[in-house]
Amino acid sequence: MSQSATAAAPGRSPQAPVLWKSQEMADRRKARYAADRRLQMYGLAGIIFALGFLAILLTTLAFTGYKAFVQTTASVEINLAAQDIDRTDIREANWRSIFRDAVRQEFPDLSRAEEREFFKIFTSSAHYLVRDRVLDNPALLDGTTTFHIPLADPLDQFAKGEVNPDLPEDQRRVSNAQLELYEVLDARGMISQPFNWGLFFNADSRFPELAGLAGAISGSFWALLVCFLISFPVGIAAAIYLEEFAPKNRWTDLIEININNLAAVPSVVFGMLGLAVFLGWFGLPRSAPFVGGLVLSLMTLPTLIIVTRASLKSVPMAIREAALGVGASKHEVIFHHVLPLAMPTVMTGTIIGLAQALGETAPLLLIGMNAFITSPPDGIFEASTALPTQIYIWADSPERGFVARTSAAILVLLGFLALMNAIAIFLRQRFERRW
Amino acid sequence: MNTLKIAAATLAASVALAGAASARDQIKTVGSSTVFPYTQAVSEEFANKTGNPAPVVESTGTGGGFKAFCAGIGEDHADLTGASRAIKDSEKELCAGNGVTDISEALIGYDGLSIAHARSAPDMDLTEEQIFQALAAELPDGNGGFIANPNKKWSDIDASLPDFEITAFGPPPTSGTRDAFVELVMHDGCKNLPGMAELEETDEDKWEEVCSRMRQDGPFVEAGENDNLIVQRLESDANAIGIFGYSFLYENADKLKPVAVNGIEPSFDTIADGSYPVARPLYFYVKNAHRDVIPGMNEFLEEYMSEEALGPDGYLAERGLTPLDDEKRQQVQKAVLDGEMIGG
Repeated sequence: MSQSATAAAPGRSPQAPVLWKSQEMADRRKARYAADRRLQMYGLAGIIFALGFLAILLTTLAFTGYKAFVQTTASVEINLAAQDIDRTDIREANWRSIFRDAVRQEFPDLSRAEEREFFKIFTSSAHYLVRDRVLDNPALLDGTTTFHIPLADPLDQFAKGEVNPDLPEDQRRVSNAQLELYEVLDARGMISQPFNWGLFFNADSRFPELAGLAGAISGSFWALLVCFLISFPVGIAAAIYLEEFAPKNRWTDLIEININNLAAVPSVVFGMLGLAVFLGWFGLPRSAPFVGGLVLSLMTLPTLIIVTRASLKSVPMAIREAALGVGASKHEVIFHHVLPLAMPTVMTGTIIGLAQALGETAPLLLIGMNAFITSPPDGIFEASTALPTQIYIWADSPERGFVARTSAAILVLLGFLALMNAIAIFLRQRFERRW
Repeated sequence: MNTLKIAAATLAASVALAGAASARDQIKTVGSSTVFPYTQAVSEEFANKTGNPAPVVESTGTGGGFKAFCAGIGEDHADLTGASRAIKDSEKELCAGNGVTDISEALIGYDGLSIAHARSAPDMDLTEEQIFQALAAELPDGNGGFIANPNKKWSDIDASLPDFEITAFGPPPTSGTRDAFVELVMHDGCKNLPGMAELEETDEDKWEEVCSRMRQDGPFVEAGENDNLIVQRLESDANAIGIFGYSFLYENADKLKPVAVNGIEPSFDTIADGSYPVARPLYFYVKNAHRDVIPGMNEFLEEYMSEEALGPDGYLAERGLTPLDDEKRQQVQKAVLDGEMIGG
């Protein structure tokens, strides 16, 4: 700046004409073009920098997370017809020994100690998996069925190349005996690595090989549903009042300033509020998606009101006047003309607000939505986790398998966010009107 | 905004009434993050075995757990809380003040705290005294006064220790692990220093302060509640040591190795027989008034107390808990199943 100001002095002199072709002017032109190019470069560098970080984030996540999308399983054949199972009480049959007898046939000559190592190859809930499948389909009792049993986490990690077999035995979670037995199972073609549907359809578990996101996904769904059902109508009503009815005075100014301030309040504050008011005063249940939804709706409301007001404002006055001119009353003007025209923008804003709420962790931690629950919630009052809090729980678990699962869960969360934003963009492109 | 709040509040209130009508059929537990994985394991097994609804297991920390647990009797309040120390008198009073008087205590086992470093690091064997000298904020100067901790390198403490900077990653003050570390290592190391035993007699508050304060000038880094983060940082820095629960060392034995304390390395055996000095008892507390009210409560306690869970080969031991010896275990099992009151 200062450089150009001093350099400009000779050009502005009233006596001498400007010598545009002079060397001095050519140099100044060059410097100005260079400054333009530099600015462009800074901008480009900024974008490359930001994209670079995004790329690093995504590749590290994908790199650590991709292994959680497959699960090592062993196919175990069990002849249930040969078992003497009481069909009136399938649940109480001795499933542990049924399962153990079946896998024992693979290696009938193991000593007791070897056998214990052998059973530890399979997930320790294997017999419950078999039982639950039979409970779902009692017809299985009449024949021989092949069950795909997930391997226990240490073996799963080994199969995925995460355990170095050359380390001394006491430095890894897989014993030499298990390695030998695993090699034999593998040679017999019993080991496979199918896609890990359990990651989406199982609830949480203390065993990484069984842990999934079903509880977190449905918890997030219920919480967002509550959040939507509250913040959408309330937000629109508030925006309509402020935009179409409210007089312009000190009170409405105050309300407007406060709404803008609320939009900037850190979410953890809303969590404290939820803890004190919803759990303390109203005595609502802890960990319930309903409370989570309430807290999240407090958080999204200000944003939603601001977006709705802006979109109502952008509907041209002429439309209101024309409607009033043909005899429509105020509410007809709003509901028949203004609101429908503003709706695409409102929907876009709502979806983006909900996407923000989906990724919110702090308020949910405060109201206890970070509990360990092994079944997904059936409704808004049953305790559950949400996607971000599930990531928080897994990130803090000692078992090695949860490292990959944490990354996988983050990828799933990012996937949902991308999906919601894509819907928002689609709505905007498809329905939004510009005036 | 006022209208909004009123609208939201009325909505909340109306649904709350509808919600309160349905009785709770899930067990709710809160408490220490150290006991959390064990209660998790029992809950999962219990839900799988009996087909009851899965209990809700929340990790709130020991102190936060008692706060929630002692808030009252009834289905709005937790049934059980985990603790990495015994209940304090102040907490008993809080409980009693809210009508929670009939509580059973269960000692479920021991948890080792490990000090560990990367596999590539030179082996280390520290005494509690040396750990105190490395990590305390102030040290006695030998004349009855105190000086800010001057030790920068391990070799400053003792020439036989390695010649590199002291770096230790440890838990923040809010963590039960930190409390246990201060009590089990720092206090013991402090006691042995010259003059400290006398100070404990004459001015216990000062003693407590000196022996409990960790240094803030760099070598001790509060690494947050996430122990996995500490593990990652130790891997990348062979000169650093980390302080965390034994289960994290056990799971990461390929990357980390223990630092011996007083010549003894942590293992299930050394923790169980008490020779490893940095181990603490783990408890849970249960409201006896809830036993016959919350469905499945008795079965849940039976599962928690079963040999399959608590025994030497039980699934809790598999998760890293150091089990009690036979005699003690049988006592606890009997006390909990009979609903014996603490102190009674």
